[in-house]
Amino acid sequence: MTVKYTNDHEYVRSDGDFFVVGISKHAAEQLGDVVFVELPEVGQTFSKGDDMAVVESVKAASDVYAPISGEIVEANSAIVDDPAKVNEDAQGFAWFVKIKASDASELDALMDEATYKSFVDSEA
Amino acid sequence: MAETLRKTQLHALHLEHGAKMTAFAGYEMPVQYALGVLKEHLHVRDKAGLFDVSHMGQASLVGPDHETTAAALEGLVPGEIRKLKIGRQRYTVLLNDHGGIIDDLMVARNARDGHLNLVVNAACKDKDYSFIEQHLPENVKLVPHDDRALLALQGPNAATVMEELAPGASAMKFMQCDTMEVASVACGVTRSGYTGEDGYEISVHQDDANTLAATLLGHDDVQLIGLGARDSLRLEAGLCLYGHDITEETSPVEGNIAFAIGKRRRAEGSFPGAVRILQELEDGPSRLRVGIAPEGRAPAREGVEIQDADGNSIGAVTSGGFGPSKGGPVAMGYVDAQFADVGTNINLIVRGKSLRAQIVELPFTPHRYFRG
Repeated sequence: MTVKYTNDHEYVRSDGDFFVVGISKHAAEQLGDVVFVELPEVGQTFSKGDDMAVVESVKAASDVYAPISGEIVEANSAIVDDPAKVNEDAQGFAWFVKIKASDASELDALMDEATYKSFVDSEA
Repeated sequence: MAETLRKTQLHALHLEHGAKMTAFAGYEMPVQYALGVLKEHLHVRDKAGLFDVSHMGQASLVGPDHETTAAALEGLVPGEIRKLKIGRQRYTVLLNDHGGIIDDLMVARNARDGHLNLVVNAACKDKDYSFIEQHLPENVKLVPHDDRALLALQGPNAATVMEELAPGASAMKFMQCDTMEVASVACGVTRSGYTGEDGYEISVHQDDANTLAATLLGHDDVQLIGLGARDSLRLEAGLCLYGHDITEETSPVEGNIAFAIGKRRRAEGSFPGAVRILQELEDGPSRLRVGIAPEGRAPAREGVEIQDADGNSIGAVTSGGFGPSKGGPVAMGYVDAQFADVGTNINLIVRGKSLRAQIVELPFTPHRYFRG
């Protein structure tokens, strides 16, 4: 199953009818210890690129942007209750939200794993 | 920003320990090591941390005798310097003519008559040195010690570690200073720091800095700690960060560091900005730096607006974040004096949302200085 990435280090992977969204493992490493996560409400809709969530480490706050347009169908309250989970498994159990995409073709513009890896290397 | 960043003597050591480096006050400094900010912070509160603070400005004021040197410095600061005893250190501030704070600094009096040792903030050292030099009488000179490194050893186990390397060091009390050999290296040592914990700051010639750091790190309890944890530690300890919690606009009374204004100095009123400062001491300042405890989990960072219950703007956060020892958000900021009482309910405007918070006592974590 393919994972796609944005320039802002969010990832998207399909999960049945929905898409699972979170921040990449690389982003979690760069942030350091995550101490606060704020997620949108189920039912909220976002356009691609909108501020959707907030993740904060000891040092700084970062916005998380909607990687695709759509409606929030589930928010992962486990990472709100225990933000450190984001450092443990950002691309696994510490996903942020599930989105019902309004236009799945938006995924075509995102990076695949290999492209994202070289993008990360180029930023270093 | 094409400036070349300066490196401290311990730069290679930082990289060896997996440091993430960042630009800070013209230096490339470690913001964290492999352990990460959170665990580094907790390690300092639990055992002992070693900080490279060599970017800070170390200098001496040198005059013919203590009376002359102290009088020269007292022209720039509100602290009691003349009666500072040999072997004692004091926190004070450089003041501008409006009573605003040019920098905060440590002043130590060692056994050499007419010498005072200063430690100033890295980002302020050029400005401080030229300000001080402009105001010194001819027979007192400022001598920067650019050839010295500064290490801070902080935490409840710092004294045990130091005693092994410098017998007698554990008998020093908070804010005492001395010269001694630490692991056979000649050092200037003060029992002070910027974490709220017991600990030492150790001034050492740059050629000996790596040897000393390696020896200190050889102790099982000692871990290198970066600027990230240094900031969260000092924030929980309620200590001011210059340029944020105190500035050229804020007075020491507003900054809630009026303890730095000596009793005799108040009576004499002979320091820059005395008119404003004495007035504020008399009538109370119009705004005050306070501790702020947000109710929820969201950190409120520098710049966050503070409102009263009716939505009126009453101040702003000047330092804020997550306090690892507190286990939640902590902040400091300025509020209009009528809202400065402990227990006052306020609101913080974080990303457009109004979040409940209270004015609380500082520090957030108790100071654990060794007072003997």
